[in-house]
Amino acid sequence: MPEDAIVHGVEWTVKELFVYPNEFIYWSIQIVMYPYMTGLVAGAFVLSSLYHVFGQKDLKEIAQFSLVFSLALLPVAALPLLLHLQQPLRAMEPLMTPHFTSAIAAFGIVFTVYGLIVVSEIWFVYREYFVHELTVLRDTGGFWNALRRVVYKVLTFGAKDVSDSAIRVDHKAAKILAAVGIPVACFLHGYAGFIFGSVKANALWMSPLMPVIFIMSAVVSGIALCMLTYIVIMEFQAFRQRRKGGTAQAGETKGAEIDVISKATRYLLGFLVAAISLELLDLIFRGYTAMKSWDILRSVMYGKDFINIFVLQYTLGNLVPFVLLLLPGRTIKRIVVALLLVLFGVFMMRWNVVIGGQAFSLSFSGYMHYHIPIIPHSFETYKEGVFGALTVIATPFVLFWLINKFVPSLRRNIGKA
Amino acid sequence: MKRHVLHPLWVAVGVVGLIFLARLVLVPDDFGVHGDSFTYNYYRLGNIDEWKNFPVKYQGSDTCVECHKDNVRTHRRSPHKRVQCENCHGPAASHPDDIEYLPLNRERAMCLRCHADLDYPESSARSNLPAIVDRHHKRRRECVTCHNPHDPREDVE
Amino acid sequence: MSCSRRNFLKDAAGAAFVSSLPLSAFVILTTEEAKAAVAAATVRWGYLVDTNKCTGCGMCVKACKNENEIPYDAPVTRTWVERYVVTKDGTTHIDSPDGGRDGFTSDKIRDEEVDPENIAKAFFVPKLCNQCDNPACVQVCPVGATYKTEDGVVLIDREWCIGCGYCIMACPYGVRFFHPDHKVADKCNFCYHRITKGMMPACVESCAFGARRLANLRDPDDPVTKIITTERVAVLKDEYGTKPHVFYLGLDNNVR
Ligand code: HEC
Ligand code: HEC
Ligand code: HEC
Ligand code: HEC
Repeated sequence: MPEDAIVHGVEWTVKELFVYPNEFIYWSIQIVMYPYMTGLVAGAFVLSSLYHVFGQKDLKEIAQFSLVFSLALLPVAALPLLLHLQQPLRAMEPLMTPHFTSAIAAFGIVFTVYGLIVVSEIWFVYREYFVHELTVLRDTGGFWNALRRVVYKVLTFGAKDVSDSAIRVDHKAAKILAAVGIPVACFLHGYAGFIFGSVKANALWMSPLMPVIFIMSAVVSGIALCMLTYIVIMEFQAFRQRRKGGTAQAGETKGAEIDVISKATRYLLGFLVAAISLELLDLIFRGYTAMKSWDILRSVMYGKDFINIFVLQYTLGNLVPFVLLLLPGRTIKRIVVALLLVLFGVFMMRWNVVIGGQAFSLSFSGYMHYHIPIIPHSFETYKEGVFGALTVIATPFVLFWLINKFVPSLRRNIGKA
Repeated sequence: MKRHVLHPLWVAVGVVGLIFLARLVLVPDDFGVHGDSFTYNYYRLGNIDEWKNFPVKYQGSDTCVECHKDNVRTHRRSPHKRVQCENCHGPAASHPDDIEYLPLNRERAMCLRCHADLDYPESSARSNLPAIVDRHHKRRRECVTCHNPHDPREDVE
Repeated sequence: MSCSRRNFLKDAAGAAFVSSLPLSAFVILTTEEAKAAVAAATVRWGYLVDTNKCTGCGMCVKACKNENEIPYDAPVTRTWVERYVVTKDGTTHIDSPDGGRDGFTSDKIRDEEVDPENIAKAFFVPKLCNQCDNPACVQVCPVGATYKTEDGVVLIDREWCIGCGYCIMACPYGVRFFHPDHKVADKCNFCYHRITKGMMPACVESCAFGARRLANLRDPDDPVTKIITTERVAVLKDEYGTKPHVFYLGLDNNVR
């Protein structure tokens, strides 16, 4: 067979018993990454909105950070889809000829709207800072400063008014955008759940609860990732400051603040409970109604995927962190462990939905097993393999590092710069 | 009201404008709802003709008469008459223009598709065909050395 | 090109208008288009599979692959034949090696012997795209790259498909796959290039036993349509509400 005559899916699908000839695991690791990353975006944004809209003052710092972080995550929500497409060059077509009866058609539009909201909100929050930087940089020399000057000039969009009334307007606009953003973020993710929930051919996916479950676990993972990144960065900065010999102001040497973390933890727990309840409800309902597909579903859930679902997802990813977060005497270290487990748990949930949904044949008479390509030997096995997933995971951090060069989301008291 | 609040709005309008501009250029003219349902009939009309013009490969047994009279005649009065010529000889699309000789496939496997004995109950359509057990019936010799594929009743040695 | 600038702008604006308002079902047809639509309304393709007649020779699968340029050795196929062997204790053994492309020449099922004495019934079931009236695959296509034609056949636009795989997931029958060469979704289209020329689909043509037949369901005199309307036929998985248009005679309860 010529090189390009690769049948998509053959590489990583192993069939057992009777499976229709054309059935393969067509939606593989990138489609696991897609709702995972979208979830992180949505969750990060919701966390930031808790401060901007509901005025949760103690969340202020993490809110600013998670807002910018959600911008860094945003392109990465689209990246897995792009990597997954067989015709990536046609990726813009959902915007050109959207077929709105398809859940995926909305992606381009919701994604664009959401992107605009996030960017605008950041602009309103940081405009004062941009103008300030511009004045500071006015008479400096050097290439780097010149570049920064240009960037900030563009970023102000010519709006240099930093009078009190102008700033008040900014804050108000940011607040409104944050409020509008919450439903849009939920929609962005809820419909990712709809993509799966509406596939009537798939016995595991078909469920009206799917979108809600997806939103809940999205918020959980988003909050967890923001908290985690925040803790790591703050601890790292504090560590560096201490090494330098404590010349900086007192405010900047302390690491992550336990108050902020505690507050965020409370929200995390709330959403976690909601997510688990819904998932269990779904499971119980399926078992109780025991439709035609239940035989094969049960054999997958309680048999072949038992470890993935009940050990890795529910126990290690939900129960253990739940206990860790609830036990009194929280330390930053323990929280970090719990957060990592939560992130892992949500990832396993996505995995069990996407891969688990393809673990059995549409004929209900056979199984498919997924063997994720590890060492890539072609572009296909790279993008649909472990390294493709790692690329997707790494990108937001690189982007955040870049964005943070111009939009410093981690400096304390940025408001009164 | 400060004017600058509207700046992001202009950006948004610009982005949307760009998308619409791109649609003008990129979406083929014949793309639209051709039929009575947006759900099922939203497509590029020209594609239908593209499919209609897909090349035909199997010509059908009737086209062979013209040049292979004898074979067709034998075949037509044999128990194999129901079996299309091209099933055994492959698609004759470019024959005899480009492919002068259709490759002759004399493999046992080709005949065994219909004649391998599967030992199924009477109710199975397969059981109505004359069957042989591959292992036991003149092993390792092409079937056509003894059976005439066009009329398997003849020439059994 | 004779098309004037003004005309171009007008067409472009019209196209943009129509495509920007896709929810409106109204499209003003030109006379030819209207004629074509009326003519097409006299045809609704359907298909009849008589499982009582299928011998599992796999000639249809071979012909389909050749006719439709599906790489011969790739493990995907537009049509396939399944073998069902039901033993007396009620277990069903199903297989379809290479989609039945080389026929069924061994009585082993996945290398396992089934005792012939113990077999209650054995039969073959050809499968192909059902050209549903409510195709789930079309509903979920994000870009309008797959659609139902006026004569009921579901086609895929190879120039427009983005290869997201949503349609493959949405089809309850598993008839869709990614074409190994074109990298777009692919499936049976009743050999659209043949049936629109008055020929039979390659699989129908190649079936020596009359197990596969094409019908124009709008023509009451069509012999196959007569069978479909007068005899007891069944469809696959009608619980999905897709309204399949491939009908089966002698369909067994064990068929998936
Ligand atoms: C226009 C005339 C023409 C038509 C129609 C035609 N053939 Fe032939 N065919 C030829 C010629 C000429 C040859 C060359 C060898 C010969 O003279 O026997 C040939 C050779 C063959 C051979 C190879 C014989 C060998 O000795 O290797 C096969 C098999 C064959 N044709 C099958 C078919 C089939 C099946 C059809 C109908 C689908 C068909 N042909 C239609 C003209 C034709
Ligand atoms: C059951 C399979 C089968 C069918 C059906 C069949 N053939 Fe053949 N045909 C063969 C085989 C096998 C050979 C090679 C015979 C040999 O080498 O002795 C052959 C040889 C030929 C040849 C070349 C040698 C010769 O005998 O002249 C021609 C021409 C030919 N077939 C034409 C046809 C045509 C036309 C039809 C349809 C009317 C047809 N065949 C149907 C299997 C088949
Ligand atoms: C597409 C299926 C098919 C293929 C392929 C096929 N046959 Fe047949 N064969 C039949 C049918 C149908 C009959 C006639 C059964 C009947 O009506 O009794 C038959 C009958 C026969 C008979 C018995 C004739 C008699 O009545 O005495 C022989 C021998 C035979 N075929 C040999 C062959 C050989 C040799 C080949 C390979 C070149 C072959 N067949 C390929 C379908 C096939
Ligand atoms: C050495 C010559 C020879 C070869 C090679 C040969 N056969 Fe036969 N075949 C015979 C003879 C002789 C008979 C009739 C006597 C018998 O039943 O054994 C026969 C009988 C048959 C019958 C049974 C016809 C009936 O009426 O039941 C079929 C079917 C058949 N052969 C198919 C094949 C197939 C298929 C092949 C290739 C896989 C093949 N034969 C190879 C000589 C041969």
